[in-house]
Amino acid sequence: MYTFSSKLKTFSFVLMAVGLLGIGYGFLTAPKDIQEVEKILAAESHGAHGEAKHEANTSAETSHEVAASHSEATVEKKKEASPEAVAADDTTKVTESTVAEPVHVEKVTSKESNEVSEAAEHKEHAEHVLHQLQNKPWASLYVACIFFMLLSMGVLAFYAIQQVAQAGWSPVLFRVMQGITAYLPVGSVIFFIILVVCGLNIFHSNSLFIWLDPEVVAHDKIIANKSGYLNFPFWIIRAAIFLIGWNLYRYYSAKNCLAQDQASDDLNYKKNFKMSAGFLVFFIVTESIMSWDWIMSIDPHWSSTLFGWYVFASFFVSGITMITMVSLYLKSRGYLEYVNTSHIHDLAKFMFGISVFWTYLWFSQFMLIWYANIPEEITYFVTRIQLYNLPFFGAVVMNFLFPILILINTDFKRITWILVMAGTVILLGHYIDFFNMVMPGTVGDRWFIGISEIASVLFFLGLFIYVVFSALTKAPLLPKRNPFIEESKHFHY
Amino acid sequence: MSNKVIYAIYNDDDILMDAVKKTRAAHHHIEEVFSPFPVHGLDKAMGLAPTRLAICAFIYGLIGLSFGTWMMNYIMIQDWPQDIGGKPSFSYIDNMPAFVPIMFEETVFFAAHLMVITFYMRSKLWPFKVSENPDVRTTDDHFLMEVAVNDNEDELISFFESTGAVEVKVIVKN
Repeated sequence: MYTFSSKLKTFSFVLMAVGLLGIGYGFLTAPKDIQEVEKILAAESHGAHGEAKHEANTSAETSHEVAASHSEATVEKKKEASPEAVAADDTTKVTESTVAEPVHVEKVTSKESNEVSEAAEHKEHAEHVLHQLQNKPWASLYVACIFFMLLSMGVLAFYAIQQVAQAGWSPVLFRVMQGITAYLPVGSVIFFIILVVCGLNIFHSNSLFIWLDPEVVAHDKIIANKSGYLNFPFWIIRAAIFLIGWNLYRYYSAKNCLAQDQASDDLNYKKNFKMSAGFLVFFIVTESIMSWDWIMSIDPHWSSTLFGWYVFASFFVSGITMITMVSLYLKSRGYLEYVNTSHIHDLAKFMFGISVFWTYLWFSQFMLIWYANIPEEITYFVTRIQLYNLPFFGAVVMNFLFPILILINTDFKRITWILVMAGTVILLGHYIDFFNMVMPGTVGDRWFIGISEIASVLFFLGLFIYVVFSALTKAPLLPKRNPFIEESKHFHY
Repeated sequence: MSNKVIYAIYNDDDILMDAVKKTRAAHHHIEEVFSPFPVHGLDKAMGLAPTRLAICAFIYGLIGLSFGTWMMNYIMIQDWPQDIGGKPSFSYIDNMPAFVPIMFEETVFFAAHLMVITFYMRSKLWPFKVSENPDVRTTDDHFLMEVAVNDNEDELISFFESTGAVEVKVIVKN
């Protein structure tokens, strides 16, 4: 039996506490109304303007003249932002047509009447920024929450595949996988609460899913045409069915696995086999729909057919990486007697292979859209490349280039510190992948990996560690009467 | 000058593995082992050095990747940067996604083919090569271990008979 080390427990509590503080800070510092946004915008364009002027009049002009132009600039600002600034804002708005805020729709209609005053446009811009800044703490919470929940889903899918494939190497790791999936019920409850809060617009504070706003739907034909699918009751019922379905499989599968330890025949094992096969069918259907509901609908003007697979690859490889990391930790503490470097080597191969698979899907999705360059599809990537250049391409480096160069070597796949390093990079890379999927549609160019983002990750990481390692103490780490357990104990590659 | 070798023939891979381990322990030099199929762990038991074919393949892959990149850059960007359907041909990175399928295939092509050719060369395999089979049964159901004899013929014969060989022959090789 595993005993939860008190140090790790304290560590997880510290993570949760720090995370909660940071999340709270993020919500408190988000702007409440348009006045605060005006101040932020003024401060921003002031700084930028001043610098530009400084560069323009380098050495020739006197400090007096600089001061003069400086005050001129502030006057301009009081007259509601300079024309260049408005123009620049305009272009960002055009590139972000996927981020169709109500403001944006109004703007289009007002443009038709050719009566766009600078003041009105500035007001629209300020409202747009207000929505983005208010979304920021919500979106960072959402990304971290869905990332850890889907990560444990990835482990569950891997576990079900191992059962169905009758893998001879992995039964010694089943309890580790069950321990990690113990996060699923906790994670899904929190996630479902966030969905309900977004859906019912409790606190009136976020617009992660703009199609949930009846105002937007009324003015947006494209979204209105999708309202047969994208409407709150249907969406939340789907979410409930998926989460309940996954959790039921997790619960009964772990229960049968424990019952098999005490049994005198293989009945529980066979039950698990059939249930896992059924779950995998259910999973692949619900996974696909889940990715449309929870991630793709953030950009309701955009769609991609391989999006479900792409999301799947992302959390599947994160899940496998997490199995490796937890196994390595438990092994280093002396708890996994029968896990040898061959098991670890197999996990590392999966990390490597699925990383390449993720890249394949990432590239297929990107290249097809880039190649055809159809305006209604390409905006998705234009936003990401223009505003999220580093995270967008950085994710490819972290999730592909790094693992492929490190994990291609057979010997490296057995070395603990290399695997921990590669695993850390892969997990961070897939967090950024989810960040890239969610953020551009919710906060646009107002993104930053700051306190609210890091704090959200720390909170869920702490919760994850606490739940997973508590669950690991509840069952012996070696299944007893699994038909493949002997083979697995002596597995070597 | 005559070189004598012993052919110890076995009909079971487990017995062969044991015999190889015993032979190694007795410090007799194994010249060669002939087997109708790959025996798992035989190379380790014989103490053969691990293959470096994978390292070759990796290098060949890098060469292929460089070749694909160079080729597409020269043809599409340097030599004749035509506007084809609005694809940007100002610099390589501008049009890079369109070249990735080619770069990928070149990498795999070079890695695979050059590695196979390396394998043929290193293991001296080619068409019309005269086969070096010491006993026809080794391609069907018998295993054969070849050990050099240095003035210890009788000792070796009794040693191999004790390891479970179904047949022990002394052959004079030229």
